[in-house]
Amino acid sequence: MRIVDRRLNPGGKSFSNRQRFLRRVRDTVERAVREASRERAIEDLENAHEITVPADGAREPVFRHTPGERRDFILPGNRHYVEGDLIDRPTGEGGGGGTEPGRGGGQEDAFRFILTRAEFLSIFLDDLELPDFAKRGLVDAQKLGSRRAGYSVTGTPANLSLGRTMQMSLARRIAMGRPRQAAVDRLEEEFAGATEGDSLELLDEKLRAARARRMRIPFLDPVDLRYRHFERFPKPVAQAVMFCLMDVSGSMTEHMKDLAKRFFMLLHVFLTRRYERVEIVFIRHTDEAQEVDEETFFRSTETGGTIVSSALAEMDRIITDRFDPANWNIYGAQASDGDNMMSDNSRTRELLQDKILPLCQYFAYLEVANANEGGNLSYIGGSSLWNAYAPLAASERNFQMRRVSRREHIYPVFRELFQRREGARPEGAT
Amino acid sequence: MSEALLFEGKDWSFETLQRIHDAVAVVAKEELGLDTFQNQIEVITAEQMLDAYSSTGMPLLYRHWSFGKRFAQYEGVYRAGLQGLAYEIVINSNPCISYVMEENSATMQALVIAHAAFGHNHFFKNNYQFRQWTDPSGILDYLAYAKKFIAACEERYGEMEVERLLDSAHALAAQGVDRYPRKRPMSLAEEERRDRDRREERERLYDDLWRTVPRKGESPKKAVDHQRALLRLPQENILYFLEKTAPKLHGWQREVLRIVRLIAQYFYPQQQTKVMNEGCATYCHYRIMSRLHEKGQISDGSFLEFLHSHSNAIRQPTAHDPSYGGVNPYALGFDMMCDIARIAREPTEEDRQWFPEIAGREDEMAVLKEVWANYRDDSFIAQFLSPDLIRKWRLFHILDEEGAPKLKVERIHNERGYHDLRRNLAADYEVGRHTPDIQVTDVDLAGSRRLVLQHRVLAGKILDVVDAALVLRHLAALWGYEVLLEEVDATTNEVLKAHMASPEQ
Repeated sequence: MRIVDRRLNPGGKSFSNRQRFLRRVRDTVERAVREASRERAIEDLENAHEITVPADGAREPVFRHTPGERRDFILPGNRHYVEGDLIDRPTGEGGGGGTEPGRGGGQEDAFRFILTRAEFLSIFLDDLELPDFAKRGLVDAQKLGSRRAGYSVTGTPANLSLGRTMQMSLARRIAMGRPRQAAVDRLEEEFAGATEGDSLELLDEKLRAARARRMRIPFLDPVDLRYRHFERFPKPVAQAVMFCLMDVSGSMTEHMKDLAKRFFMLLHVFLTRRYERVEIVFIRHTDEAQEVDEETFFRSTETGGTIVSSALAEMDRIITDRFDPANWNIYGAQASDGDNMMSDNSRTRELLQDKILPLCQYFAYLEVANANEGGNLSYIGGSSLWNAYAPLAASERNFQMRRVSRREHIYPVFRELFQRREGARPEGAT
Repeated sequence: MSEALLFEGKDWSFETLQRIHDAVAVVAKEELGLDTFQNQIEVITAEQMLDAYSSTGMPLLYRHWSFGKRFAQYEGVYRAGLQGLAYEIVINSNPCISYVMEENSATMQALVIAHAAFGHNHFFKNNYQFRQWTDPSGILDYLAYAKKFIAACEERYGEMEVERLLDSAHALAAQGVDRYPRKRPMSLAEEERRDRDRREERERLYDDLWRTVPRKGESPKKAVDHQRALLRLPQENILYFLEKTAPKLHGWQREVLRIVRLIAQYFYPQQQTKVMNEGCATYCHYRIMSRLHEKGQISDGSFLEFLHSHSNAIRQPTAHDPSYGGVNPYALGFDMMCDIARIAREPTEEDRQWFPEIAGREDEMAVLKEVWANYRDDSFIAQFLSPDLIRKWRLFHILDEEGAPKLKVERIHNERGYHDLRRNLAADYEVGRHTPDIQVTDVDLAGSRRLVLQHRVLAGKILDVVDAALVLRHLAALWGYEVLLEEVDATTNEVLKAHMASPEQ
């Protein structure tokens, strides 16, 4: 008998089958993911998700019988029936008497399974693209990586490559004709076993020569030594900073903040998938702006008027201070209910157009409205800020604006904003 | 004669496994006389067990999305805690590979080794179905070859292309098994002997009188008959037929069909021997574990643990129980094996009447081994389900007729019912009753190359329309031309229904 321990075998044997399966049920999974993102709280957006796939999505048809006109069941555990008794048909499941004995052979039900986080996100964010992503493939020059680059003749003992060294040594010994120990042993044997009549001197000379050659040509010579060589190379770190700007004045309701939060959250998930390092800066503003942490950003309310330009000025200041546009991809997302002091509008627009947009990869303005108001379609007239921004949307490539009023609009709008563009922007996204 | 305990507590090591195996082997070989393949025991994790589940228990299989689907299904059920995993999986190969779970306690490992590595192993090696249809020493190499071949096809012809082909082949896998051994081509010597026999027979029957009988002319149907003979029609192995004759398939596609067909064929005996196979293994582990306990090699505590999982495995809820899910093959198999042993040892008058050939033969292992070697589920039940066991199980027969307002109790466990119950329960295990009987009957070679199939309908069990249409589409894709499936009543030869499919352009 043999016992084999298979536990150490690499896992994930079913991985490629799973991927094939996901590809197969892609449509259903996508739909389910979209619904999940609508229902779920932001916090567990990134956690693993259970997905239900209807049986049809992955049907494996085979020839099957229908039950036919007459079915015979042989069942165990008769209680009190006698021949000829008539029984009511059992209703529903678990009726006992009616369940199929032996093989099941019924229809498959829908089944549920769990998507890993990576699978979920890959489907969730599929075919979204960062606008102007390639424009700044940025290098943070401080980062250096090291990678293998062949062998060298110098190095630290820790990097000694035994295999390569022995290879060199073997090659040299063969080339120089160093006799093997076995050959010397054989000569010694012959010499010891030789009698007078044999050419003793010749043997002796041979043996001496062989010994001397073994001494002269070392087994391992310093010239054989080889070290693993590593070279340093600048490691490009694609990094991005994401500015979240939000109006926190009294006119912003909890509902509006929730919408904004969802949008920021999606943007963050999205950016983290594209960039190795993503920083977030939260700027809230009323009539003056300040940088805050996430908790304060979403929780606390302030009172005061609304001057949007203050937030833009703050963003500009932070960029100049900390995020050199040469090294950072800069994204801006602004959420507001659209209120702004009339007198501030022109300044806001100028600030955005002249200062912020040239520095940004992309800037999105999201106008949040109360649930009972319509979305984009029924939006006529426009808020003060909307009207101020509207000309920019037409002229600037890296600026987009949308209006949402309900949770379920967030994701479509988000998709619309980041849809993969091929040439012209396609109309009407999902 | 008390021997040392094989293990204490629930922990085990590889030495423990070896000790257990050796002790079990002593009982199995010397006392029960089991005849097994060499054993190989592999310790695996839960994830690997799920892997094995989803690839139909095979240690390696080609890649296909349906296995991924099964894995996701089993994993979901397992994660939710709805169902534990099996303690073992055993593969009909030589050496016989048994997978045992790492979580099993030492007692469970002993149980698993007795059950799989000796019970199932004996059955695989000796049952005529397995001997006829499977090649245990070649299967692993064949699976490795199949996996490599299909991976190479994917690389060469594209994953989607191969996937479509496998989908089609899987849909027809149940129609890809031979139910009867195919005729071997004759050797020259055999052919010569046949000719000689025929000649002798002709000489023996020669009567000059026959010369005077007027002869009919050549029948005009001959040409068609010849054609059908060349195509070996009618043919019930649809995959085989396609592999050999489908006009549009490439060489590699034929090979893929062959792979699916051979793997399906490999599982064919298992489908037909569920009750016997489990019955044999359960009976063996019960005997072996009890004997080990008797000899003092297993402690009382371990033996109780064993009894606990043993009685879980052979639990049979009655039909009134909400948890009833059909006849448990472990329970039926085990009870029948015990019953046969009882009949051999201590037959009653009734047993002597019903089973004169085995009643009172004393050596129950000899009887059982004969049974294990020469029967499959349906014939086994039809032959050996005893009145005593029918009474013990309180079996009854319910008739559900379409249109009838109520179910009818046809027979119960009494004198009048035994034969009927036995026959009907056996029929439940006939593979032929569960897989539709579909044959290729004709090909329109002169015209459209339409393939004609026939489903012989028993008791009004026509095919499920939706599934039939889908499978037929797969069939048409493989055949390359139109496909017609007629459903013909087996008794009246009346065409009940016809399905049609054409290949997509």
